[in-house]
Amino acid sequence: MTEEETMLADSARGFLDENAPVKQLRDLRDAGKTFDRALWQEMAKMGWAGILVPEDHGGSDMGHAAAGILAREMGKTLVASPFLSSAVIAATALRQVSDSRAQEALSAIASGEVTYALAVDEGPKFSPEKTEMSATRDGNSFRLNGEKTFVVDGALADRLLVLAKTDAGLTLFDLPAGRNGITRNHKGMIDSRDAARITFDNVEATGEDVLGNVDQAMKVLQPALEAGQAALAAEMSGVAAGAFGMTVGYLKERKQFGVLIGQFQALQHRAADLWCHTEVTASAVAHAGRMLDEDPENASLAVSLAKARATDTAKRAVIEGVQMHGGIGMTDDFDMGFYMKRARVAAEWLGDYGYHAEKIAKIRGL
Amino acid sequence: MAQMAQDQSAFRMELRSWLEANCPAEMRDGNSSRDHTCWGGRNWVFESEAQETWLNRCIEKGFTVPTWPKAYGGAGMNRAEEKIWHEELARIEARRPLDSFGIWMLGPALLHFGTEEQKKKYLLPIARGEIRWCQGYSEPGAGSDLASVQTKCEDKGDHWLVNGQKIWTSYADKADAIFALVRSDREAKKHLGITFLLIDMETPGVSTRPIKLISGMSPFCETFFDNVEVPKEDEDGISSVVGTINRGWDVAKYLLTHERSMISAIGSGTGGMRPLAQVLTDDGAELDPILRAAAIKAEIDSLATGLTLERYKDMAEAGQGVGDASAMLKYVGTELNKDRHELMMAASGSDALEWDGPYGSRPADWLRTKANSIEGGTSEVMLSIVSRRVLGLPG
Repeated sequence: MTEEETMLADSARGFLDENAPVKQLRDLRDAGKTFDRALWQEMAKMGWAGILVPEDHGGSDMGHAAAGILAREMGKTLVASPFLSSAVIAATALRQVSDSRAQEALSAIASGEVTYALAVDEGPKFSPEKTEMSATRDGNSFRLNGEKTFVVDGALADRLLVLAKTDAGLTLFDLPAGRNGITRNHKGMIDSRDAARITFDNVEATGEDVLGNVDQAMKVLQPALEAGQAALAAEMSGVAAGAFGMTVGYLKERKQFGVLIGQFQALQHRAADLWCHTEVTASAVAHAGRMLDEDPENASLAVSLAKARATDTAKRAVIEGVQMHGGIGMTDDFDMGFYMKRARVAAEWLGDYGYHAEKIAKIRGL
Repeated sequence: MAQMAQDQSAFRMELRSWLEANCPAEMRDGNSSRDHTCWGGRNWVFESEAQETWLNRCIEKGFTVPTWPKAYGGAGMNRAEEKIWHEELARIEARRPLDSFGIWMLGPALLHFGTEEQKKKYLLPIARGEIRWCQGYSEPGAGSDLASVQTKCEDKGDHWLVNGQKIWTSYADKADAIFALVRSDREAKKHLGITFLLIDMETPGVSTRPIKLISGMSPFCETFFDNVEVPKEDEDGISSVVGTINRGWDVAKYLLTHERSMISAIGSGTGGMRPLAQVLTDDGAELDPILRAAAIKAEIDSLATGLTLERYKDMAEAGQGVGDASAMLKYVGTELNKDRHELMMAASGSDALEWDGPYGSRPADWLRTKANSIEGGTSEVMLSIVSRRVLGLPG
């Protein structure tokens, strides 16, 4: 990490330890909530909501590597916020478009006033190219019909980016979440975060609502997906680091058979192996952020590598986290379960291990 | 930043045109495997005229040891430049001009611990491929517990008297000299009675015996010291001890760290190796779905490990301590290399079961990799180092 990056990580850590420890997520859950808008406003004031928004539009424009650093810090304490959906994915999509409406939307994101969610999935697995939801021509406008699943941050978002099939390809729509015909079903998710199933019943969309060009969604969506995947990988590396930190701490304080359990070589070697795993993944995550900043046209391999590795590492870290804590790791009173559940949700979002492994295989000719 | 990028690109172009003009066509076959390695040394016989030409041209420019200072035969490259050098070599699939334990191990030790006189005396011949060194560390009773070496070193006034046995000495039978860990103080605690001693293999009383391995090859030897008299100083008064007497463990530890990061390169596909995907698919082998899935996972882990190696090199370059994390690099890299060779064997099926079959040295290479997670500290020792020194778990 550069000196600037270390400073960013340290200042984020300071803020999050104070304002968003794991207990904050627990309190939200116990209160039946998924998101704290006041906290998001605070983050926006610090420039986090506008981290990928140009300075002209009120953003801090720090780039993808910096976004990854924030995401990783948020992951360490499981911060529930629309950072990925709005500040990373939607902002990146909007940046691909130069019209004034997109510019205004970027300003609204940076200020924290407007949040976005990405509605792509239609089944249990991420696969945007297989989108079936239709947007059929109706005079000068479109009619959207279908159902989107696992719309992360979708129940509370102000706007939705919706992928639908048009005459000769896929088109990305930018719609207010309250438009007629949109029904949002908030689902109680295992990670206590916001996600919804959303149905579209003859929803009207005009040319104004199209982000980029009709039939060419991927031009706008692919950079947004890659930005989101890289930042999600960073968050997951933070989830792994958070779980791992708790686990190593426990090995140093829990006594059994009259000794600290961290003295047992069986546990030492497993912990050491896990640390090696987290370090290797951290390299892939940092590389993805750098590639998105420096050579975005050629970042696909780096991004998929980061998401695949982070998925694998986070899974290992939470499984070992529960196992090494023993019975207490299974209790709801203890935080490890929150890490395990977030790791599982993040594993599926924006493509699971298999999805990204297959992308890597294609690029590498396997 | 822009200026730096420009300088680097000019540097790259300069190297590229130099390579174009100076690397013989026969040396552009990407074959730096053991069979074709140029080791150098007093008795070295070049496999071809091209190999000799290539070495000499690189010596002239300091390219055999690109990062060493020019005064000691290097090219004085910084880390970014070294990376470019390796990339340009790989681009034309050029062989490395020279490999040796002098370059990998003794040189770095001397650069760090040697006196100015020692550097002048020893580094240049290493850079020029005029001497071939071997490493005398392990003993029959000192493997993972290396600090318990027992090879006796007694002070006899003008010389050291050495008696004992080393094992797993790579290419000792072909080496001109050995850098060895010897027990110079039997009373002191085991880490504080070791000396790092340089011994000419032609000294009376030194003998070697190759050990035949499961691969059929004998890269390792037993090395015996029977009343070997090692002069304390040469005619110019230059000491045969590197570092301080009885503090050879400091040198050994430094070198082990270095060796571990070096070994880790082999599994990450960054050591000039072809990507696994390419190896498996170039052979035209049909991969069944289960093998393919395993290969993809190995490829993912290789790529990420390669990035980790780069990240740690950058950290070292920036002056951040890497130290104990080299145990991680060694562990991850060598375990990965074993996986890689298991996959290559599986992909080539029964064709790779013949010693000299269609895949050449593939079966012997596969067997050789099993030593990767043993030599230079076992995987288990690496995990113990990480656990204690990085994670701070109780001993």
